[in-house]
Amino acid sequence: MNLLDVKNLSIRLTTSLDEILVVDRVSLTLKEGEFRGLVGESGSGKSIFAQALFWLLDDKWTISADRFHWQGQDLLRLPIEERKKIITKDVAMIFQEPMSCLDPTTTIGYQIEEALDDSEFSGFFWQRAKQRKQAAVKLLHKVGIKQHSICINSYPHQLTNALCQRVMIAIALAKRPKLLIADEPTAAMETTNQGQIFRLLSSLNQLKNMSILLISHELEKISHWTDRLTVMYSGQFVEAGTTEQIFKTPFHPYTKALLSSSPKLSKHLAKKTRLETLPGTIPVLQHLPIGCRLGPRCPNAQKHCVTAPQIRNFQGHLVSCHFSHRRDY
Amino acid sequence: MSSLIEVKNLSKRYKTKSSWFKTEYTEVLQPISFKLESKETLAVIGETGSGKSTLAKLLVGAARPTTGEIMLNGQLLQTGNFKQRCQHVRMIFQNAGDTLNPSLTIRQQLEEPLLLNTDLNIDERTATIRSTLQKVGLLADHMHFYPHMFSGGQKQRISLARAIILKPQLVILDEALASLDLSVRAQMINLLLDLQEQMGLAYLLISHDVDIVRHFSDKLMVIADGKVVEYGITTELLANPKSDYTRKLVLSHAN
Repeated sequence: MNLLDVKNLSIRLTTSLDEILVVDRVSLTLKEGEFRGLVGESGSGKSIFAQALFWLLDDKWTISADRFHWQGQDLLRLPIEERKKIITKDVAMIFQEPMSCLDPTTTIGYQIEEALDDSEFSGFFWQRAKQRKQAAVKLLHKVGIKQHSICINSYPHQLTNALCQRVMIAIALAKRPKLLIADEPTAAMETTNQGQIFRLLSSLNQLKNMSILLISHELEKISHWTDRLTVMYSGQFVEAGTTEQIFKTPFHPYTKALLSSSPKLSKHLAKKTRLETLPGTIPVLQHLPIGCRLGPRCPNAQKHCVTAPQIRNFQGHLVSCHFSHRRDY
Repeated sequence: MSSLIEVKNLSKRYKTKSSWFKTEYTEVLQPISFKLESKETLAVIGETGSGKSTLAKLLVGAARPTTGEIMLNGQLLQTGNFKQRCQHVRMIFQNAGDTLNPSLTIRQQLEEPLLLNTDLNIDERTATIRSTLQKVGLLADHMHFYPHMFSGGQKQRISLARAIILKPQLVILDEALASLDLSVRAQMINLLLDLQEQMGLAYLLISHDVDIVRHFSDKLMVIADGKVVEYGITTELLANPKSDYTRKLVLSHAN
């Protein structure tokens, strides 16, 4: 059964001047126990999309969707309070820059205990307090922090960035979520620490069968860990498929350009030669092109591209392009 | 013939504790020597706190070296002589957007180094700014814009324009490619390679991304705890790393 099934989710931002379509009909299906990557450059609307899944956006944003199912339950039919209740019970989210997400004025131990559900403990208040402390230590062990007594008594500024992210994951795990949304968890981290965090997420995914939606702008770095990838560009859906499909046979010209622009993935490239790139930059939100938003930068673009393409499915490999590279392989 | 840049026994230590009888120092960079020709790129890899940023600071003149000297074209670069130094050695930082002054137009920002370091009159200055902006792939009309009107990649180009406007010989890229998006990063690498070819620039690239280093640099220096672990031609060094540290680094990137 699909854990999450979202079809044609659009997000509009209402400003004093006009309405901007920030995310344009993006679909996402997540199976149970899946490690999914959501890739896009900055400004592609991937973080907004994730926040919309979590119903975190305020009144300025309007969210509409054709379908929004959580474990087979249609969330759009429910009132917003119930919707939030269901989502916050089963979905947890971690953010980039863990240091700024943790409360600097209290200890790590207190912050983890705060996230624990009260109904899990029983007995008198001193017994409950003890159980609570043990549960917090257990969570820290789960995320690979062995020196729990030092960690519990320290403040966020005393820990490194990677440790803080582990603590954030521990807090996220407190409710035993079915889905963990990780929004660029390793931004501004060193390579060795990045590997540790990815390994931790991957082991949680395999051991606890927890689904993970990993959002990142570094396609090459997360590709090792993910089962499936979804690529977004400027608020539009580009391509989705298994990691292998995306890397071996990218259908969309944007994905193709992304892959060939990385020196790691095009290894046959001679040293110090020019890399292939798309011309121009990502369009700003006020001046989005109509139709396919890649249009002005796309090497395959033709007159037809001013109408937005429909998503087509080729054996689980979804692509949204009129002139895809499917026939090239 | 002397090299473009020759660094001899450059080191840096800070005073951590001093009393009447004893002064304690921490050595952040142990004596280091290397040579760099024009059109060459030296990459420096190391973890945070390994001293790679200190090396950049010493070269650009933002910190005084404890020992050692830097020769440029056989000529000694004096510590504290910024007029001489900043015409030849320039630097770009990681978050280009933050290094631009938000209250000045691009023209004003680019004019500043010209005003401080050259005797050009206003027409020549405008012409220089115009040609430099075109060199980095922007339009000459962009000089009337303010920094907030540009995207991250364009801001990075502007800070590159500011670095090359004095026609330097060495440009230091301190994690300048790290926080960019994939396609923007590729554009930036192309631009840097083109400029190196055109202007004969030497680069010192500080990075922790092995893939970029492999593609971009000629020589590689691995630093850990202020010590040079390995130094050599990039391809040879990455193909068979000798020290454990380098091996680990290459392996962590292999997957």
